[in-house]
Amino acid sequence: MGERSVVAEGLRAYWLIAGMWVRAGMTYRASFVATMVGNLVMTGMDFVGILLMFSQVDSLGGWSLPEVALLYGLSVTSFGIADLVLGSMDVLGARMRDGSFDTLLVRPAPVLAQVGADRFAVRRLGRVVQGTVVLGWALASVDVDWSVPKVLLVPVMVLSGAAIFSAVFVAGAAFQIFAQDAAEVQNAFTYGGTTLLQYPPSVFGKDLVRGATFVLPLAFVNWVPAAYLLGRPYPIGLPSWAAFVSPLVAVVCCALAGLAWRTGLRSYRSTGS
Amino acid sequence: MDPFTMDPFIELDGVEKVFDVRRKTGFLKRERHRVRAVDSISFTVARGEMVGYIGPNGAGKSTTIKMLTGILTPSGGRLRVAGIDPSRERKRLAHRMGVVFGQRTTLWWDLPLIDSYKLMHRMYRIPDARYRENLDRMVELLDLGELLAVPVRQLSLGQRMRGDIAAALLHDPEVLYLDEPTIGLDVISKTKVRDFLRQLNAERATTVLLTTHDLQDIEQLCSRVMVIDHGRLVYDGALAGLHEAGESERTLVVDLERELPPIEAPPPARVVRVEGPRQWLAFPASASAAGLVARIAAEYPLVDLSVREPDIEAVIAKMYAERADRAVS
Repeated sequence: MGERSVVAEGLRAYWLIAGMWVRAGMTYRASFVATMVGNLVMTGMDFVGILLMFSQVDSLGGWSLPEVALLYGLSVTSFGIADLVLGSMDVLGARMRDGSFDTLLVRPAPVLAQVGADRFAVRRLGRVVQGTVVLGWALASVDVDWSVPKVLLVPVMVLSGAAIFSAVFVAGAAFQIFAQDAAEVQNAFTYGGTTLLQYPPSVFGKDLVRGATFVLPLAFVNWVPAAYLLGRPYPIGLPSWAAFVSPLVAVVCCALAGLAWRTGLRSYRSTGS
Repeated sequence: MDPFTMDPFIELDGVEKVFDVRRKTGFLKRERHRVRAVDSISFTVARGEMVGYIGPNGAGKSTTIKMLTGILTPSGGRLRVAGIDPSRERKRLAHRMGVVFGQRTTLWWDLPLIDSYKLMHRMYRIPDARYRENLDRMVELLDLGELLAVPVRQLSLGQRMRGDIAAALLHDPEVLYLDEPTIGLDVISKTKVRDFLRQLNAERATTVLLTTHDLQDIEQLCSRVMVIDHGRLVYDGALAGLHEAGESERTLVVDLERELPPIEAPPPARVVRVEGPRQWLAFPASASAAGLVARIAAEYPLVDLSVREPDIEAVIAKMYAERADRAVS
């Protein structure tokens, strides 16, 4: 089977399994509505925190409210998409401990697709909606001299960001194969990462910014391209074309995460743990 | 026919599985040692055979099943199922095998049973006509008609097991692996499951490999039994032979009207325990209980009696003790 058909098979399996979870979720209608609403309120409160902060100060690290809202909207929307698609990969460790992971390995479908679709929940759409609303408001409010490349950069940022976060989810899942109780480590990078990116890079130390740029390149989700968009200096010197390499960074991250996943799965199948 | 000259469907040649086990010995100190979960096992199973795979917990049963199903990669040796190397072509093999893990359901907890089957239909790409035909047959044989619309979480253990077995067979697998298929089931469900497996094997010549703790499963289903202990195959043959090899004994529990001295039973049957009016007699598993029961009933004031089958653990333990004895003398 070629790589292409593996991807097609994976998407098909993902679609089938996610559909089952959606239907399973619908069997508890009241609970479904309640968690959906709860989710919207909770993610909404998240941005209220930033609004409250700006009721006391005019700028954060030199960035105005619409500019911080742009960072926030980009970070939350791209994270939300990755979380919607792969957000339950942190149950992998539990599945390994109770042995139900083995039942996925006897099915004629790629394991990554099965794990990714595990516990698929429509309520996670709440975060995407909320992020998109804030992003929309920020785009309308920021003071930017819009040009064609700048307009195109917006969807590119969201999609690349979603891919980068997805890679972090997959890499985290691969890590859980080796350390089965490490779901919290994964959460630190995913939820922690999206929170980090909601604030301007200028409020953090340069070492942290360097780490988020070159080691775990979350900065390419929004920091680097948004700084270019807003005409703001990036705390550590980067050439201006760096604003456009997010898709490339995303591809590399996904490839590395895929490799990590393969290694993890191979290790599981040879060690049984 | 000699199974070895028939189409060898499952072939194991010197298959090994070695695990590196790390044990915490201190805060950060870890001790590593190697465990041979499966130690050079060789056997073949012909197409259409029904084989019982038994052994104490931790003997290597599940490790073997996991290698056969492609979950685990063997550390050494050669393993083929239907000519396929399971660990290399996991997905291709998945279309040709069915697996039932006794204690883990693969059915969708919150959804009606039929929904799980619809997923199998699509995931395994079962042709529509074939799917309907198979489903109808399963519903009939496993008595699932009333259950199809019921959410799986509302099914009893026995119903769920029947549901799981049907799910594993909708895509016409050539081989079915069952891990403890009757564990925790009531007598009626056990009988249904066993009857079904017999019929499946007769109708479709499906190869069946089952692990169990219940000797009756083996007695009623399998012409051949393999015993694994400490990762090695210690017995491969008919069940009767296993009883001989292990000199296993059944127990007759007799309730008398009153307390009496130990019953004078014809050897080799003998009283092994007395507790008030209740007495326990051990007799060879290969012998019939009828003669012994008739004799006791004729000579003693009998109230009630029951026969207990030897459990596998005891049979194997005894088999081992015998071997060790022979080795010493």
